[in-house]
Amino acid sequence: MADFPDNLRYSVEHEWVDDASPATVGVTSVAAEALGDVVYLELPEVGATIEAGTVIGEIESTKSVSELYSPVSGTVVEVNQAAIDDPAVVNAEPFGAGWLFKVEVSEAGQLLSAEEYAQHAG
Amino acid sequence: MTEKKTPLHAEHEALGASMTDFGGWQMPLRYTSDLAEHRAVREAAGLFDLSHMGGLSIAGPQAARFLDHALVGSFSALRRGKARYTMICAADGGVLDDLIAYRTGDEEFFVVANAANAETVLVALLERAAGFDVQVRDVSAAQALVAVQGPRAAEIVREVLQDAQGTDGAAFDELKYYACLGMRFGDEEVLVARTGYTGEDGFEIWVAAPHAVALWRALLAAGEPQGLVPAGLSARDSLRLEAGMPLYGHELDTTTTPYDAGMGRIVKLDKVSDDGTPVEFVGRDALAARRESAPARVLVGLRGTARRPARAGHAVVQPDPARPDDVAAALQVGTVTSGAPSPTLGHPVAMAYVTPEVSAEGTELAVDVRGRAEPFVVVPLPFYRRDRG
Repeated sequence: MADFPDNLRYSVEHEWVDDASPATVGVTSVAAEALGDVVYLELPEVGATIEAGTVIGEIESTKSVSELYSPVSGTVVEVNQAAIDDPAVVNAEPFGAGWLFKVEVSEAGQLLSAEEYAQHAG
Repeated sequence: MTEKKTPLHAEHEALGASMTDFGGWQMPLRYTSDLAEHRAVREAAGLFDLSHMGGLSIAGPQAARFLDHALVGSFSALRRGKARYTMICAADGGVLDDLIAYRTGDEEFFVVANAANAETVLVALLERAAGFDVQVRDVSAAQALVAVQGPRAAEIVREVLQDAQGTDGAAFDELKYYACLGMRFGDEEVLVARTGYTGEDGFEIWVAAPHAVALWRALLAAGEPQGLVPAGLSARDSLRLEAGMPLYGHELDTTTTPYDAGMGRIVKLDKVSDDGTPVEFVGRDALAARRESAPARVLVGLRGTARRPARAGHAVVQPDPARPDDVAAALQVGTVTSGAPSPTLGHPVAMAYVTPEVSAEGTELAVDVRGRAEPFVVVPLPFYRRDRG
């Protein structure tokens, strides 16, 4: 079973979110591996209001496209332009430089601990 | 899991491959990265397990005449040691499968079918064999198929296989594109063909199943210093798409004729048998009529001028000039059959069936990618053609 960073919380749709303010959101290594090489990111715009559990963008890989769900509700304050320009960073460092966007959280969704997510992703 | 496994299954697992179901088989989708595997084939070499493909032995005094009757191509005219890309059609001209047929002897052919269609092809060939002095046998289970594809493929294969005739590699060096040769791997006889599905130079090697692992490992070991990597079905799909090659279930199906797919050249309406008599083959009348009629749709290449790729099933539309972004208002003029971001070219590519009116090179169209119009332009196929030096 894979190890996931303890300081993050996870959605069942394989997004992660940290506890900073604003919070950073990305996809997990499980999602990155399942997708294959990411080639295109469609992210919410800065200023957009997003709702936990809803589709807010898409992640396109060589083989397929997946919807991006928001793990939290809030307002988007920044998107990772470097990842939009070179999406390979999502595969290389899903928990680091491959983050997707930052959000001022109004309400967290149903989130899992690292241990719970590891079981879910098992 | 009920899917079938190839003789190389344990090798894929040991290499850490992500496996996928394809045509009822568990096959490697990728080992590490789709893009890295794709680029290795374009720049050095890739090693593929294609043992899911169906292999049929056609043998007997009337083998050539039988294939003339059963398939759209001319096999009496095919010389020993040559291969031909061909199709098997239903009586209505619809494509049952696309195939490669190798003439391995005066009275022997080897026919390779797609995994998902292997049973259909076997049944159709057995039916069509009635009245011919020929034996049709499915030898898929006894054989494995591996492919080495890429600019370094010839050096790698030459190092691992030996000439059956003891000519020190000369026969292999002279092997032409779409030709085949019996060679040896140690004491084992293998069939080597200079064919592939990637747009690169390359070889496909049929080996008896018990020797597949040893051959796979020998090719990996010989190829690694040359940059060869094992490559999965994901890379195979993006490679064949760049090369403009049809994939059954996408560009080809039972509602499609070879003419629709731009493959009219492989249909030999006027073929004659080796004694000079005209051959009536299955689907001939329908195909002759189809050739004379105006096509309802044409297979074209599409190049994306923005970043979002089109995918199979997406609608091709003619944008309303007054409202170019309004997909709902646009007229549908076709459907995407295959689409992906092209790793080699760096922009989206797709194949699509469109109405003839919008099939001219340079026509600006759009694809409805999940509700948004993405701009595409009609371009000639293939998207990628290797530099033959």
